[in-house]
Amino acid sequence: MEKQKANIDFNNEVIRIRGLQKSFGDYHVLRGIDLDLYQGENLVVLGRSGTGKSVLIKLISGMLYPDAGTINVLGNELTTITEKEMEALRIRIGFSFQNSALYDSMTVRKNLEFPLVRNRKGITRKEIDNAVHKVLDAVSLSQTINQMPSELSGGQRKRIGIARTLILNPEIMLYDEPTAGLDPITCIEINELINEVQQSYNTSSIIITHDLTCAKMVGDRVAMLLDGQFQRVGTFDEVFATDDARVKPFYDYNFIE
Amino acid sequence: MESIESHTEQAPSGLTKVKNSVISFFLMLYRVYAFIIRFFKEVFVPPYEFREVVRQCYETGVRSFTLITLTGFIIGVIFTKQSRPSLTDFGATSWLPSLVSIAVLKALAPLVTALIAAGKVGSSIGAELGSMRVTEQIDAMEVSGTKPFKFLVCTRVIATTFTIPLLATYTALIALLGGYLNINQNEGTSYATFIEQAFEPITFVDIWASLAKAVVFGFTIGIVGCYQGYNSTKGTEGVGKAANGAVVTAMFLVFIEEVLIVQIAGWFR
Repeated sequence: MEKQKANIDFNNEVIRIRGLQKSFGDYHVLRGIDLDLYQGENLVVLGRSGTGKSVLIKLISGMLYPDAGTINVLGNELTTITEKEMEALRIRIGFSFQNSALYDSMTVRKNLEFPLVRNRKGITRKEIDNAVHKVLDAVSLSQTINQMPSELSGGQRKRIGIARTLILNPEIMLYDEPTAGLDPITCIEINELINEVQQSYNTSSIIITHDLTCAKMVGDRVAMLLDGQFQRVGTFDEVFATDDARVKPFYDYNFIE
Repeated sequence: MESIESHTEQAPSGLTKVKNSVISFFLMLYRVYAFIIRFFKEVFVPPYEFREVVRQCYETGVRSFTLITLTGFIIGVIFTKQSRPSLTDFGATSWLPSLVSIAVLKALAPLVTALIAAGKVGSSIGAELGSMRVTEQIDAMEVSGTKPFKFLVCTRVIATTFTIPLLATYTALIALLGGYLNINQNEGTSYATFIEQAFEPITFVDIWASLAKAVVFGFTIGIVGCYQGYNSTKGTEGVGKAANGAVVTAMFLVFIEEVLIVQIAGWFR
């Protein structure tokens, strides 16, 4: 399925990263990342396992703190932001975890209500119900409302995880390996959902993956992370129109004849 | 190929190992201290998770109720039974109610309740939070702007601090019931006489000290279980370690606190 043309505002950077560095002990994961994410854009970050893709979005969401560099998210500089400002900013960023991270002691309904009730003071029962049904409809899983996470399939869990982030109407979505561990058909369904979210919720998204089908289906731009830096950034075809021995095998092994 | 000597040279010496252990011990103490300070900073600030506190109180109480009932009753019966021969030698079996009540109210009830709760509740808290940590559920709460520390840690610590004194009181009553049934069966002591004799040597200081102990034990079990689980790492292995660490550390601290509180209560008598 071809990706619909997105409504991207190239004059409006929702994320601006400069010279970002992060190490764990002696292991330098990110070595000076520069990145811009524009309003309404889906940016796919590709790279091999362990190259720091997930670290990048954990830095953007404030779960990790950088060693050097600046991260500006929706006008807020994360390296100087106060804890209170960070709490307010987090509501504007949705984070879809690789393993969904659903609260396994709560039903689907409670999972969805949990962030809503705690972030929208004075919300009525009716408003909560409406919001829950709206996001469940968006991910086409209304029938699972009273089920426990353990009763859901992998694909359903991913969808509910995305629904839980959508309930707060985020401006930015961060997807960590959205298609990891899913069968090819469910992968395509998740990719379509990511595109629907972009269109319906007008979100700007960073999608972390090493699945090139996903990159091709959802990415307006693709950034290839190699050796702690973005080596190639552009459209999918631009990024892979190269003989670079570090990039080409990635394509060849994904679309093996 | 590297020589065996080169490996020997790289291995840390005994002194370095001791130094590293001492440093990591004090680092751990600092982290626990910071965790407790964070608890007191967050627990008084709204929003208050009343519903979750009630749920956790219910969980804490219900999880331990059967075991505590059984243990309390058996302690009462066995303690009375084992004490009788010594008192019979002195012709002092009439002191049995006092002896049982002093032992149960002053020492056994809070201590036994705490040890059972450390095993049942502490391990459960450690495993539950540990599992939530390694499956990124706590991170998910953090990034969605909710406050996982308040929701998960504060509620559980309040619940154990509030529930364990109640359970300790219940244990004391059940143990006294066990003692009474045994005494009634053997000495034919009436209920009214038993109560009169049992509470005669007990002062308010004893009851307050006992309750204070149970409060401290409850707080310790909650905070240790939460600390171990909340800071769990390394996947499923980490969850096991968190559960185990919660039990072992809580029991160790409960014994130390028992000694300290008995000493402090002694100054008020």
